Amino acid sequence: MKIGVIGLQGDIAEHISAVHKAMREENISGEVVWIRKAEQINGLDRIILPGGESTTIGKLIVKAGIDVALREVAQKGTPIMGTCAGLVLLANEGDDHVVKTGQVLLGLMDIKIKRNAFGRQPESFETDLDISELGSRPFRGVFIRAPAIEKAGKNVQILAKFEDKIVAARQKNLLVTSFHPELTDDTRFHSYFLRLH
Amino acid sequence: MKVFKGTVRVKRGFCQMTKGGVIMDVINGEQAGIAEDAGAVAVMALERVPADIRAAGGVARMADPIKVQEVMDAVTIPVMAKVRIGHFVEAQILEALGVDTLDESEVLTPADEEHHIDKWKFKVPFVCGARDLGEALRRIGEGASMIRTKGEAGTGNVVEAVRHMRLIIGTIRKLQNMLEEELMSTSKELGAPYELVVETAKLGRLPVVNFAAGGIATPADAAMMMQLGADGVFVGSGIFKSSNPSIRAEAIVDAVAHFDDPKVLAEVSKNLGEPMRGIDIRTLAKEELLQTRGR
Repeated sequence: MKIGVIGLQGDIAEHISAVHKAMREENISGEVVWIRKAEQINGLDRIILPGGESTTIGKLIVKAGIDVALREVAQKGTPIMGTCAGLVLLANEGDDHVVKTGQVLLGLMDIKIKRNAFGRQPESFETDLDISELGSRPFRGVFIRAPAIEKAGKNVQILAKFEDKIVAARQKNLLVTSFHPELTDDTRFHSYFLRLH
Repeated sequence: MKVFKGTVRVKRGFCQMTKGGVIMDVINGEQAGIAEDAGAVAVMALERVPADIRAAGGVARMADPIKVQEVMDAVTIPVMAKVRIGHFVEAQILEALGVDTLDESEVLTPADEEHHIDKWKFKVPFVCGARDLGEALRRIGEGASMIRTKGEAGTGNVVEAVRHMRLIIGTIRKLQNMLEEELMSTSKELGAPYELVVETAKLGRLPVVNFAAGGIATPADAAMMMQLGADGVFVGSGIFKSSNPSIRAEAIVDAVAHFDDPKVLAEVSKNLGEPMRGIDIRTLAKEELLQTRGR
């Protein structure tokens, strides 16, 4: 299996090491590649859009032509996971922050997102989440200036909520989280993504 | 469900999200907007950029909170602000304002020549400057969630940032070749907490994000710092003291994202106009150096 992490800005190394760990645990062989160019996208079996600053990553992927390549492979069914900034980028609708900054959205997932839904950095937090798809043991969610999903279309499966806000969801081959599974040692989310079909 | 704010993971995690990015000094909402449009991952709100602080002399203090608020209201990206070394009340004030990260900075006039702020007491992450590994690990020991080189701020001259980054990363490389029992005497020589020396040797890098700062003025400067091992770049006076800030800011963002691709670097380095004039650091008197502030 060949997994690519879109690597123009953000916590790329953290995702790469989380994928390596999940692959070992799931007994999956393959490689994880750092993606900086559009021509690297074809041939990937799985793609991750990491956490970072969504306005920055949005501008950089457009300049590199990666937005076009991502839309193409997503429509062909390649699984894509987006965490935090990655969730914002996969959405098809944003809040006033998205409008004000001219934020690029890939528009692949039928969700409306709100940036910084829980406040600025002093309000960032971690907490245990119940995610039935991952089993009964709670999953530690690390929320950093995190976005949330305000509205989800009927094709969207809600995986987790926190205080009535949707914080993890799936739409066929697309998987998104408001929080950062890559900042924990718990690989269940990455394993779930590797098994996605 | 129980909620935990200001944990080590939440504070360091925020800084991890800025990796591969450029953090730009700005003095008002308009400049902050230019930085955001150029693709900055965060802005540092100041009353004056370091080059002007250097020129003005006198005591440089935390910015007026109204100026910091103006920047916070102008952009959606994170906003950082500087406090004087050791001035924990300036830090309390800016934390209360809701700033995303505090820089305990040698660019401002130190308020305490013996002690830095006890940064564990704060929910907001701190970034601190360092010239060598010992200084970096002392700051982490005090609770810093992010390190940057001190360089020599406000000079537009990258030479000191290069010196500091090479020294920090070179010393880590030496630690990795040491036997366990050699790490204790090394921690004494470095003046750094033993546990952090052991952790750094094991990781082969600092346990927190490590940015370059202090004198970066061009896309080439920024990309060089990334190739030397920086996780990202602060640009202070280099942008708004140049002839065309928005074009230069965007070029530096592109250079950091594509730091190891000389073809992209050649493209983004074209037609940027005049960089900031800059200062040969050898012409500065000892007491004019900012990097020797703090310990």
